[in-house]
Amino acid sequence: MPLPIPQSNADSRPYWEAAQTGRLLIQSCTQCGQIQAVPRGLCGHCHGDALEWQESSRKGSIVAVSTVHRAPNADFRDAAPYVLALVELAEGSRLMLNVIGKGRMEAAIGDAVEIVFEPRGDTAFKMPQAKRRLADADL
Amino acid sequence: MRSRPPHTARITGVADTAIGSLPGSTAMGLHAQAANAALADAGLTAGDLDGVLCGYSMTMPHLMLSSVFCEYFGISPRFTAAVQVGGATACIMLAQAAALVESGACRHVLCVTGDNRLTGMSRDGAVAALASVGHPEFEQPYGMSVPAAYALVASAYMDRFGITRDELSAFAVAARAHAARHPKASKTDPLTLAEVSQSRVIASPLRLLDCCLISDGAAALIVSAADAARDTRNAVRLLGSGQAHTHEHILAAPSLTDFGCATSSALAFAQAGVTTADIDLAEIYDSFTITLLIELESIGFFTRGEAGKAALSGAISPGGRLPVNTHGGLMSYGHSGAAGGAFHIVEAVHQLRNEAADRQVPDAGLAFVHGDGGILSAHCSLVLGKD
Repeated sequence: MPLPIPQSNADSRPYWEAAQTGRLLIQSCTQCGQIQAVPRGLCGHCHGDALEWQESSRKGSIVAVSTVHRAPNADFRDAAPYVLALVELAEGSRLMLNVIGKGRMEAAIGDAVEIVFEPRGDTAFKMPQAKRRLADADL
Repeated sequence: MRSRPPHTARITGVADTAIGSLPGSTAMGLHAQAANAALADAGLTAGDLDGVLCGYSMTMPHLMLSSVFCEYFGISPRFTAAVQVGGATACIMLAQAAALVESGACRHVLCVTGDNRLTGMSRDGAVAALASVGHPEFEQPYGMSVPAAYALVASAYMDRFGITRDELSAFAVAARAHAARHPKASKTDPLTLAEVSQSRVIASPLRLLDCCLISDGAAALIVSAADAARDTRNAVRLLGSGQAHTHEHILAAPSLTDFGCATSSALAFAQAGVTTADIDLAEIYDSFTITLLIELESIGFFTRGEAGKAALSGAISPGGRLPVNTHGGLMSYGHSGAAGGAFHIVEAVHQLRNEAADRQVPDAGLAFVHGDGGILSAHCSLVLGKD
Protein backbone atom coordinates (compact mmCIF):
# COMPACT_ATOMS: atom_id res chain seq x y z
CA MET A 1 0.00 0.00 0.00
CA PRO A 2 1.32 3.49 -0.80
CA LEU A 3 1.90 5.79 2.15
CA PRO A 4 -0.77 8.48 2.49
CA ILE A 5 -0.34 12.01 1.11
CA PRO A 6 -1.62 14.76 3.42
CA GLN A 7 -4.71 16.52 2.06
CA SER A 8 -4.18 20.21 2.76
CA ASN A 9 -6.88 22.82 3.33
CA ALA A 10 -6.95 26.61 3.21
CA ASP A 11 -5.29 26.84 6.64
CA SER A 12 -2.42 24.50 5.85
CA ARG A 13 -1.82 24.90 2.07
CA PRO A 14 1.15 27.31 2.37
CA TYR A 15 2.93 24.85 4.70
CA TRP A 16 2.65 21.91 2.32
CA GLU A 17 3.34 23.99 -0.80
CA ALA A 18 6.53 25.36 0.77
CA ALA A 19 7.59 21.81 1.67
CA GLN A 20 7.45 20.94 -2.03
CA THR A 21 10.17 23.57 -2.61
CA GLY A 22 12.31 22.42 0.31
CA ARG A 23 11.25 25.08 2.78
CA LEU A 24 9.77 24.52 6.25
CA LEU A 25 7.33 27.25 7.25
CA ILE A 26 6.10 28.12 10.72
CA GLN A 27 3.02 30.24 11.27
CA SER A 28 3.41 33.14 13.68
CA CYS A 29 1.17 35.86 15.05
CA THR A 30 2.01 39.46 14.19
CA GLN A 31 0.14 40.71 17.28
CA CYS A 32 1.55 38.58 20.11
CA GLY A 33 4.50 36.88 18.41
CA GLN A 34 3.35 33.36 19.29
CA ILE A 35 4.30 30.61 16.82
CA GLN A 36 2.15 27.56 16.12
CA ALA A 37 3.06 24.24 14.52
CA VAL A 38 -0.36 23.34 13.15
CA PRO A 39 -1.51 26.14 10.80
CA ARG A 40 -4.84 27.75 11.65
CA GLY A 41 -7.02 30.67 10.68
CA LEU A 42 -6.24 32.42 13.95
CA CYS A 43 -3.63 32.59 16.68
CA GLY A 44 -4.27 29.91 19.32
CA HIS A 45 -2.75 32.20 21.94
CA CYS A 46 -4.30 35.69 21.49
CA HIS A 47 -7.03 34.61 19.01
CA GLY A 48 -6.16 37.39 16.58
CA ASP A 49 -6.16 36.67 12.87
CA ALA A 50 -3.09 38.62 11.73
CA LEU A 51 -0.76 35.73 10.99
CA GLU A 52 2.37 35.43 8.91
CA TRP A 53 4.71 32.68 7.80
CA GLN A 54 8.37 32.53 8.76
CA GLU A 55 10.95 30.13 7.43
CA SER A 56 12.35 27.66 9.94
CA SER A 57 16.05 26.99 10.43
CA ARG A 58 15.13 23.30 10.00
CA LYS A 59 17.17 22.49 13.10
CA GLY A 60 15.66 20.79 16.12
CA SER A 61 15.95 18.03 18.69
CA ILE A 62 14.03 14.89 19.56
CA VAL A 63 11.82 15.25 22.64
CA ALA A 64 9.96 11.91 22.35
CA VAL A 65 10.58 8.84 20.22
CA SER A 66 9.06 5.42 19.53
CA THR A 67 9.82 2.62 17.12
CA VAL A 68 6.46 1.51 15.77
CA HIS A 69 6.18 -2.23 15.09
CA ARG A 70 2.38 -2.51 14.90
CA ALA A 71 1.18 -0.19 12.12
CA PRO A 72 -2.12 1.67 12.58
CA ASN A 73 -3.43 0.54 9.17
CA ALA A 74 -2.52 -1.24 5.94
CA ASP A 75 -0.82 1.88 4.51
CA PHE A 76 2.02 1.60 7.00
CA ARG A 77 2.28 -2.20 7.33
CA ASP A 78 5.20 -2.59 4.91
CA ALA A 79 7.02 0.39 6.43
CA ALA A 80 7.10 -1.08 9.97
CA PRO A 81 9.21 -0.94 11.99
CA TYR A 82 9.56 2.80 11.53
CA VAL A 83 10.57 5.57 13.90
CA LEU A 84 8.06 8.17 15.07
CA ALA A 85 9.25 11.22 16.96
CA LEU A 86 8.19 14.54 18.35
CA VAL A 87 10.77 17.11 17.31
CA GLU A 88 11.11 20.50 18.92
CA LEU A 89 12.35 23.02 16.38
CA ALA A 90 14.94 25.62 17.33
CA GLU A 91 12.14 28.18 16.90
CA GLY A 92 10.21 26.43 19.71
CA SER A 93 7.34 24.69 17.92
CA ARG A 94 6.85 20.93 17.89
CA LEU A 95 6.29 18.60 14.92
CA MET A 96 5.52 14.90 14.67
CA LEU A 97 7.88 13.37 12.12
CA ASN A 98 9.53 10.10 11.20
CA VAL A 99 13.22 9.82 11.89
CA ILE A 100 14.79 8.60 8.65
CA GLY A 101 18.28 7.88 7.39
CA LYS A 102 21.42 6.73 9.11
CA GLY A 103 21.12 5.75 12.76
CA ARG A 104 17.34 6.13 12.77
CA MET A 105 16.76 2.95 14.80
CA GLU A 106 19.02 4.31 17.54
CA ALA A 107 17.32 7.71 17.68
CA ALA A 108 17.00 8.94 21.26
CA ILE A 109 15.61 11.87 23.19
CA GLY A 110 18.01 14.80 23.01
CA ASP A 111 19.37 13.89 19.57
CA ALA A 112 19.92 16.85 17.27
CA VAL A 113 18.04 16.54 14.00
CA GLU A 114 17.69 18.42 10.76
CA ILE A 115 14.41 18.60 8.86
CA VAL A 116 14.70 17.09 5.39
CA PHE A 117 12.13 16.49 2.65
CA GLU A 118 11.39 12.90 1.70
CA PRO A 119 9.55 12.20 -1.56
CA ARG A 120 6.48 10.03 -1.18
CA GLY A 121 4.32 8.22 -3.73
CA ASP A 122 4.02 8.54 -7.52
CA THR A 123 4.00 12.35 -7.35
CA ALA A 124 7.10 12.48 -5.12
CA PHE A 125 5.14 14.61 -2.65
CA LYS A 126 7.75 15.97 -0.27
CA MET A 127 7.15 15.16 3.39
CA PRO A 128 9.09 17.02 6.09
CA GLN A 129 11.03 14.38 8.02
CA ALA A 130 13.79 14.32 10.64
CA LYS A 131 17.33 13.15 10.05
CA ARG A 132 19.82 12.79 12.90
CA ARG A 133 22.77 15.17 12.78
CA LEU A 134 25.51 12.66 13.49
CA ALA A 135 29.10 13.58 14.20
CA ASP A 136 30.25 11.29 11.39
CA ALA A 137 31.54 13.14 8.38
CA ASP A 138 29.85 10.60 6.10
CA LEU A 139 26.30 11.53 7.12
CA MET B 1 -9.73 28.27 42.73
CA ARG B 2 -13.38 29.35 42.41
CA SER B 3 -15.46 27.44 44.95
CA ARG B 4 -18.46 25.61 43.58
CA PRO B 5 -21.66 24.59 45.36
CA PRO B 6 -21.73 20.96 46.50
CA HIS B 7 -23.23 18.34 44.22
CA THR B 8 -26.60 16.91 45.25
CA ALA B 9 -27.06 14.32 42.45
CA ARG B 10 -27.22 10.63 43.28
CA ILE B 11 -26.08 7.69 41.17
CA THR B 12 -29.09 5.45 41.60
CA GLY B 13 -28.47 2.61 39.15
CA VAL B 14 -25.44 1.03 37.49
CA ALA B 15 -24.94 -2.03 35.31
CA ASP B 16 -22.67 -3.48 32.69
CA THR B 17 -23.35 -6.29 30.25
CA ALA B 18 -21.19 -9.33 29.63
CA ILE B 19 -17.75 -8.14 28.43
CA GLY B 20 -15.45 -9.68 25.84
CA SER B 21 -16.28 -11.50 22.62
CA LEU B 22 -20.06 -11.38 22.17
CA PRO B 23 -20.81 -12.72 18.68
CA GLY B 24 -24.23 -11.67 17.44
CA SER B 25 -24.30 -8.55 19.60
CA THR B 26 -25.09 -5.12 18.14
CA ALA B 27 -24.15 -1.68 19.42
CA MET B 28 -27.78 -0.70 20.07
CA GLY B 29 -28.68 -4.11 21.49
CA LEU B 30 -25.84 -3.80 24.02
CA HIS B 31 -26.96 -0.27 24.91
CA ALA B 32 -30.49 -1.53 25.54
CA GLN B 33 -29.33 -4.47 27.66
CA ALA B 34 -27.23 -2.18 29.85
CA ALA B 35 -30.07 0.35 30.14
CA ASN B 36 -32.57 -2.28 31.25
CA ALA B 37 -30.11 -3.70 33.77
CA ALA B 38 -29.38 -0.25 35.22
CA LEU B 39 -33.12 0.48 35.52
CA ALA B 40 -33.61 -2.82 37.36
CA ASP B 41 -30.64 -1.99 39.59
CA ALA B 42 -32.22 1.35 40.50
CA GLY B 43 -35.73 -0.06 40.93
CA LEU B 44 -36.99 2.32 38.22
CA THR B 45 -38.79 1.77 34.93
CA ALA B 46 -38.13 3.30 31.52
CA GLY B 47 -41.08 5.63 32.05
CA ASP B 48 -39.25 7.26 34.97
CA LEU B 49 -36.43 8.49 32.68
CA ASP B 50 -36.69 12.05 31.42
CA GLY B 51 -33.12 12.49 30.19
CA VAL B 52 -30.79 10.30 28.10
CA LEU B 53 -27.10 10.79 27.37
CA CYS B 54 -25.25 8.47 24.96
CA GLY B 55 -21.62 8.23 23.95
CA TYR B 56 -20.42 7.05 20.53
CA SER B 57 -19.99 3.78 18.70
CA MET B 58 -17.29 2.80 16.18
CA THR B 59 -19.39 0.01 14.67
CA MET B 60 -22.34 2.36 14.32
CA PRO B 61 -21.05 5.87 13.74
CA HIS B 62 -23.99 8.29 13.65
CA LEU B 63 -24.69 12.02 13.75
CA MET B 64 -27.49 11.51 16.30
CA LEU B 65 -26.61 8.43 18.31
CA SER B 66 -28.73 9.35 21.32
CA SER B 67 -31.82 9.84 19.13
CA VAL B 68 -31.11 6.48 17.49
CA PHE B 69 -30.87 4.87 20.91
CA CYS B 70 -34.07 6.47 22.23
CA GLU B 71 -35.96 5.24 19.17
CA TYR B 72 -34.45 1.73 19.50
CA PHE B 73 -35.17 1.55 23.22
CA GLY B 74 -38.62 3.04 22.79
CA ILE B 75 -38.55 6.18 24.91
CA SER B 76 -39.22 9.87 24.28
CA PRO B 77 -37.22 11.81 26.85
CA ARG B 78 -37.44 15.56 27.50
CA PHE B 79 -33.67 15.85 27.00
CA THR B 80 -31.16 13.83 25.00
CA ALA B 81 -27.69 14.36 23.52
CA ALA B 82 -24.61 12.36 22.62
CA VAL B 83 -21.28 13.07 24.28
CA GLN B 84 -17.98 12.36 22.49
CA VAL B 85 -14.86 12.91 24.53
CA GLY B 86 -13.05 9.61 23.99
CA GLY B 87 -12.17 7.78 27.17
CA ALA B 88 -13.42 10.70 29.28
CA THR B 89 -16.93 10.27 27.86
CA ALA B 90 -18.42 8.21 30.69
CA CYS B 91 -17.19 10.49 33.47
CA ILE B 92 -18.28 13.57 31.52
CA MET B 93 -21.72 12.05 30.85
CA LEU B 94 -22.08 11.49 34.58
CA ALA B 95 -21.02 15.06 35.39
CA GLN B 96 -23.39 16.39 32.71
CA ALA B 97 -26.26 14.25 34.02
CA ALA B 98 -25.59 15.67 37.49
CA ALA B 99 -25.85 19.19 36.06
CA LEU B 100 -29.17 18.28 34.43
CA VAL B 101 -30.75 16.94 37.64
CA GLU B 102 -29.23 19.64 39.86
CA SER B 103 -30.59 22.39 37.60
CA GLY B 104 -34.06 20.89 37.73
CA ALA B 105 -34.11 20.16 34.00
CA CYS B 106 -34.43 16.41 34.64
CA ARG B 107 -35.18 13.99 37.50
CA HIS B 108 -33.70 10.71 36.25
CA VAL B 109 -31.03 10.75 33.52
CA LEU B 110 -29.85 7.56 31.83
CA CYS B 111 -26.19 7.59 30.70
CA VAL B 112 -25.62 4.65 28.39
CA THR B 113 -22.71 3.63 26.21
CA GLY B 114 -21.42 0.50 24.52
CA ASP B 115 -19.92 -0.97 21.40
CA ASN B 116 -19.43 -4.35 19.72
CA ARG B 117 -16.02 -3.28 18.48
CA LEU B 118 -14.43 -6.71 18.90
CA THR B 119 -16.84 -8.87 16.89
CA GLY B 120 -18.55 -6.05 14.94
CA MET B 121 -15.34 -5.01 13.19
CA SER B 122 -11.91 -6.59 12.80
CA ARG B 123 -9.17 -5.91 15.34
CA ASP B 124 -7.27 -4.17 12.52
CA GLY B 125 -10.39 -2.11 11.81
CA ALA B 126 -10.62 -1.05 15.45
CA VAL B 127 -6.93 -0.11 15.61
CA ALA B 128 -7.28 1.92 12.38
CA ALA B 129 -10.46 3.65 13.56
CA LEU B 130 -8.85 4.63 16.87
CA ALA B 131 -5.84 6.11 15.04
CA SER B 132 -8.19 8.72 13.59
CA VAL B 133 -7.71 10.73 16.80
CA GLY B 134 -4.37 11.64 15.21
CA HIS B 135 -4.23 14.88 13.21
CA PRO B 136 -5.19 14.07 9.59
CA GLU B 137 -2.35 16.16 8.12
CA PHE B 138 0.28 16.45 10.84
CA GLU B 139 0.12 13.08 12.65
CA GLN B 140 -1.70 10.36 10.71
CA PRO B 141 0.51 10.65 7.56
CA TYR B 142 3.49 9.80 9.81
CA GLY B 143 1.96 6.50 10.93
CA MET B 144 0.76 7.50 14.39
CA SER B 145 -1.37 4.89 16.15
CA VAL B 146 -2.88 5.46 19.60
CA PRO B 147 -0.32 3.10 21.20
CA ALA B 148 2.46 4.97 19.34
CA ALA B 149 1.23 8.33 20.67
CA TYR B 150 1.19 6.98 24.23
CA ALA B 151 4.60 5.43 23.53
CA LEU B 152 5.91 8.92 22.72
CA VAL B 153 4.59 10.14 26.06
CA ALA B 154 6.10 7.09 27.78
CA SER B 155 9.50 7.79 26.21
CA ALA B 156 9.48 11.38 27.48
CA TYR B 157 8.25 10.39 30.95
CA MET B 158 10.72 7.51 31.33
CA ASP B 159 13.56 9.74 30.14
CA ARG B 160 12.73 12.46 32.68
CA PHE B 161 11.89 10.31 35.71
CA GLY B 162 14.00 7.19 35.12
CA ILE B 163 11.06 4.76 35.16
CA THR B 164 12.17 1.13 34.67
CA ARG B 165 10.61 -1.54 32.48
CA ASP B 166 9.46 -3.55 35.53
CA GLU B 167 7.79 -0.46 37.03
CA LEU B 168 5.62 -0.15 33.92
CA SER B 169 4.88 -3.89 33.92
CA ALA B 170 3.75 -3.74 37.54
CA PHE B 171 0.57 -1.90 36.51
CA ALA B 172 -0.48 -4.71 34.14
CA VAL B 173 0.31 -7.33 36.79
CA ALA B 174 -1.71 -5.50 39.47
CA ALA B 175 -4.68 -5.15 37.09
CA ARG B 176 -4.62 -8.88 36.43
CA ALA B 177 -4.54 -9.67 40.17
CA HIS B 178 -7.69 -7.58 40.63
CA ALA B 179 -9.39 -9.09 37.56
CA ALA B 180 -8.84 -12.60 38.95
CA ARG B 181 -11.37 -11.69 41.68
CA HIS B 182 -14.06 -10.50 39.25
CA PRO B 183 -16.28 -13.18 37.69
CA LYS B 184 -16.93 -11.08 34.55
CA ALA B 185 -13.33 -10.03 33.81
CA SER B 186 -11.94 -10.92 30.35
CA LYS B 187 -8.42 -11.87 31.45
CA THR B 188 -7.94 -13.70 34.75
CA ASP B 189 -4.87 -15.93 34.25
CA PRO B 190 -2.03 -14.94 36.58
CA LEU B 191 0.46 -12.60 34.92
CA THR B 192 4.13 -12.07 35.78
CA LEU B 193 6.37 -9.04 35.34
CA ALA B 194 8.51 -11.05 32.93
CA GLU B 195 5.53 -11.95 30.74
CA VAL B 196 4.65 -8.26 30.37
CA SER B 197 8.24 -7.15 29.87
CA GLN B 198 8.86 -9.82 27.22
CA SER B 199 5.58 -9.49 25.30
CA ARG B 200 6.00 -8.30 21.73
CA VAL B 201 6.75 -4.66 21.06
CA ILE B 202 3.81 -2.65 19.72
CA ALA B 203 5.48 0.76 19.74
CA SER B 204 8.58 1.01 21.91
CA PRO B 205 8.69 1.26 24.88
CA LEU B 206 5.13 -0.14 24.98
CA ARG B 207 4.56 -3.86 24.53
CA LEU B 208 1.41 -5.87 23.93
CA LEU B 209 0.66 -6.37 27.63
CA ASP B 210 1.08 -2.65 28.32
CA CYS B 211 -2.03 -2.12 26.19
CA CYS B 212 -5.75 -2.31 26.96
CA LEU B 213 -8.06 -4.94 25.47
CA ILE B 214 -10.62 -4.51 22.69
CA SER B 215 -13.98 -5.87 23.88
CA ASP B 216 -17.67 -5.95 23.15
CA GLY B 217 -19.76 -4.62 26.00
CA ALA B 218 -21.88 -1.80 27.35
CA ALA B 219 -22.60 -0.02 30.59
CA ALA B 220 -25.32 2.27 31.89
CA LEU B 221 -25.62 4.64 34.84
CA ILE B 222 -28.69 6.41 36.15
CA VAL B 223 -28.24 9.81 37.77
CA SER B 224 -31.15 11.16 39.82
CA ALA B 225 -32.10 14.36 41.57
CA ALA B 226 -31.67 14.12 45.35
CA ASP B 227 -35.42 14.01 46.09
CA ALA B 228 -36.13 11.63 43.19
CA ALA B 229 -33.43 9.29 44.50
CA ARG B 230 -35.57 8.50 47.55
CA ASP B 231 -37.60 6.09 45.42
CA THR B 232 -34.54 4.07 44.41
CA ARG B 233 -32.85 1.05 45.89
CA ASN B 234 -29.33 1.99 46.89
CA ALA B 235 -27.99 5.41 45.91
CA VAL B 236 -24.40 6.63 45.89
CA ARG B 237 -23.44 10.31 46.07
CA LEU B 238 -21.50 12.35 43.57
CA LEU B 239 -19.36 14.56 45.85
CA GLY B 240 -16.96 16.18 43.44
CA SER B 241 -16.29 16.55 39.74
CA GLY B 242 -13.76 18.39 37.63
CA GLN B 243 -12.59 18.56 34.06
CA ALA B 244 -9.55 19.79 32.16
CA HIS B 245 -9.08 20.02 28.41
CA THR B 246 -5.62 21.02 27.24
CA HIS B 247 -5.30 19.70 23.66
CA GLU B 248 -6.53 16.99 21.32
CA HIS B 249 -3.37 16.08 19.38
CA ILE B 250 -0.27 15.00 21.28
CA LEU B 251 1.65 17.24 18.87
CA ALA B 252 -0.09 20.20 20.52
CA ALA B 253 0.08 19.08 24.18
CA PRO B 254 1.39 21.91 26.38
CA SER B 255 3.74 19.43 28.08
CA LEU B 256 4.74 15.78 27.58
CA THR B 257 5.00 15.15 31.31
CA ASP B 258 2.29 17.36 32.90
CA PHE B 259 -1.31 16.72 31.94
CA GLY B 260 -4.81 18.00 32.70
CA CYS B 261 -5.57 15.27 35.26
CA ALA B 262 -3.77 17.40 37.87
CA THR B 263 -6.30 20.20 37.36
CA SER B 264 -9.41 18.04 36.95
CA SER B 265 -8.68 16.06 40.10
CA ALA B 266 -7.87 19.18 42.13
CA LEU B 267 -11.29 20.59 41.15
CA ALA B 268 -13.04 17.36 42.12
CA PHE B 269 -11.22 17.04 45.46
CA ALA B 270 -11.89 20.70 46.33
CA GLN B 271 -15.59 20.39 45.59
CA ALA B 272 -15.83 17.20 47.65
CA GLY B 273 -13.77 18.72 50.46
CA VAL B 274 -11.44 15.73 50.61
CA THR B 275 -7.84 14.92 49.72
CA THR B 276 -6.07 11.95 48.16
CA ALA B 277 -5.39 10.64 51.68
CA ASP B 278 -9.13 10.22 52.31
CA ILE B 279 -9.72 8.02 49.25
CA ASP B 280 -10.30 4.29 49.88
CA LEU B 281 -10.05 3.08 46.27
CA ALA B 282 -9.39 4.54 42.85
CA GLU B 283 -10.81 3.55 39.45
CA ILE B 284 -8.57 5.29 36.93
CA TYR B 285 -8.53 5.15 33.14
CA ASP B 286 -5.76 2.74 32.18
CA SER B 287 -5.62 2.53 28.39
CA PHE B 288 -1.93 1.72 28.79
CA THR B 289 0.35 1.06 31.77
CA ILE B 290 1.94 4.47 31.25
CA THR B 291 -1.49 6.18 31.32
CA LEU B 292 -2.20 4.88 34.80
CA LEU B 293 1.31 5.62 36.05
CA ILE B 294 1.19 9.24 34.91
CA GLU B 295 -2.34 9.80 36.19
CA LEU B 296 -1.61 8.34 39.64
CA GLU B 297 1.32 10.73 39.96
CA SER B 298 -0.33 13.81 38.43
CA ILE B 299 -3.44 13.36 40.58
CA GLY B 300 -1.21 13.21 43.64
CA PHE B 301 -1.69 9.66 44.91
CA PHE B 302 2.07 9.18 44.55
CA THR B 303 4.93 11.62 44.15
CA ARG B 304 6.65 12.03 40.77
CA GLY B 305 8.70 9.02 39.81
CA GLU B 306 7.27 6.90 42.66
CA ALA B 307 4.06 5.31 41.32
CA GLY B 308 5.93 2.53 39.52
CA LYS B 309 7.90 1.65 42.62
CA ALA B 310 4.67 1.68 44.64
CA ALA B 311 2.98 -0.61 42.11
CA LEU B 312 5.95 -2.99 42.29
CA SER B 313 5.60 -3.09 46.08
CA GLY B 314 1.89 -4.03 45.83
CA ALA B 315 0.46 -0.64 46.87
CA ILE B 316 -2.28 -0.68 44.20
CA SER B 317 -2.92 -4.44 44.24
CA PRO B 318 -5.66 -6.23 46.21
CA GLY B 319 -5.09 -5.44 49.89
CA GLY B 320 -2.66 -2.62 49.05
CA ARG B 321 -2.58 0.89 50.48
CA LEU B 322 -4.70 2.21 47.55
CA PRO B 323 -6.44 -0.53 45.56
CA VAL B 324 -6.65 0.72 41.96
CA ASN B 325 -8.99 -0.65 39.28
CA THR B 326 -10.48 -3.34 41.49
CA HIS B 327 -12.35 -4.86 38.52
CA GLY B 328 -9.17 -5.28 36.46
CA GLY B 329 -9.47 -2.09 34.42
CA LEU B 330 -9.13 -1.70 30.68
CA MET B 331 -6.12 -4.04 30.54
CA SER B 332 -7.78 -7.08 32.14
CA TYR B 333 -11.50 -6.45 32.70
CA GLY B 334 -12.26 -5.13 29.20
CA HIS B 335 -12.48 -2.03 27.03
CA SER B 336 -15.51 -1.24 24.88
CA GLY B 337 -14.81 2.34 23.90
CA ALA B 338 -16.75 4.92 25.87
CA ALA B 339 -18.14 2.04 27.94
CA GLY B 340 -14.60 1.23 29.06
CA GLY B 341 -14.57 4.35 31.19
CA ALA B 342 -18.06 3.52 32.44
CA PHE B 343 -16.86 0.15 33.77
CA HIS B 344 -14.69 2.10 36.21
CA ILE B 345 -17.76 3.97 37.51
CA VAL B 346 -19.85 0.79 37.76
CA GLU B 347 -17.09 -0.82 39.82
CA ALA B 348 -16.71 2.21 42.12
CA VAL B 349 -20.46 2.13 42.82
CA HIS B 350 -20.41 -1.62 43.51
CA GLN B 351 -17.54 -1.07 45.97
CA LEU B 352 -19.30 1.82 47.75
CA ARG B 353 -22.48 -0.27 48.02
CA ASN B 354 -20.46 -3.13 49.52
CA GLU B 355 -21.53 -5.41 46.65
CA ALA B 356 -18.08 -6.30 45.33
CA ALA B 357 -18.02 -9.84 46.80
CA ASP B 358 -14.53 -11.39 46.76
CA ARG B 359 -12.87 -8.14 45.73
CA GLN B 360 -14.63 -5.87 48.23
CA VAL B 361 -12.34 -3.19 49.64
CA PRO B 362 -13.06 -3.19 53.40
CA ASP B 363 -14.93 -0.09 54.64
CA ALA B 364 -14.97 1.53 51.19
CA GLY B 365 -16.49 4.95 51.82
CA LEU B 366 -14.88 7.23 49.24
CA ALA B 367 -13.92 6.36 45.69
CA PHE B 368 -12.02 8.40 43.11
CA VAL B 369 -12.81 7.83 39.42
CA HIS B 370 -10.97 9.31 36.45
CA GLY B 371 -11.45 9.20 32.69
CA ASP B 372 -8.99 10.37 30.04
CA GLY B 373 -9.78 10.82 26.36
CA GLY B 374 -7.48 11.17 23.36
CA ILE B 375 -3.79 11.23 24.18
CA LEU B 376 -4.11 12.44 27.79
CA SER B 377 -6.15 15.24 26.17
CA ALA B 378 -9.57 15.38 27.89
CA HIS B 379 -9.79 14.67 31.61
CA CYS B 380 -12.70 14.22 33.99
CA SER B 381 -12.32 13.32 37.66
CA LEU B 382 -15.07 12.30 40.08
CA VAL B 383 -15.25 11.73 43.81
CA LEU B 384 -18.04 9.35 44.83
CA GLY B 385 -19.21 8.49 48.33
CA LYS B 386 -21.80 6.50 50.26
CA ASP B 387 -25.17 8.24 50.58
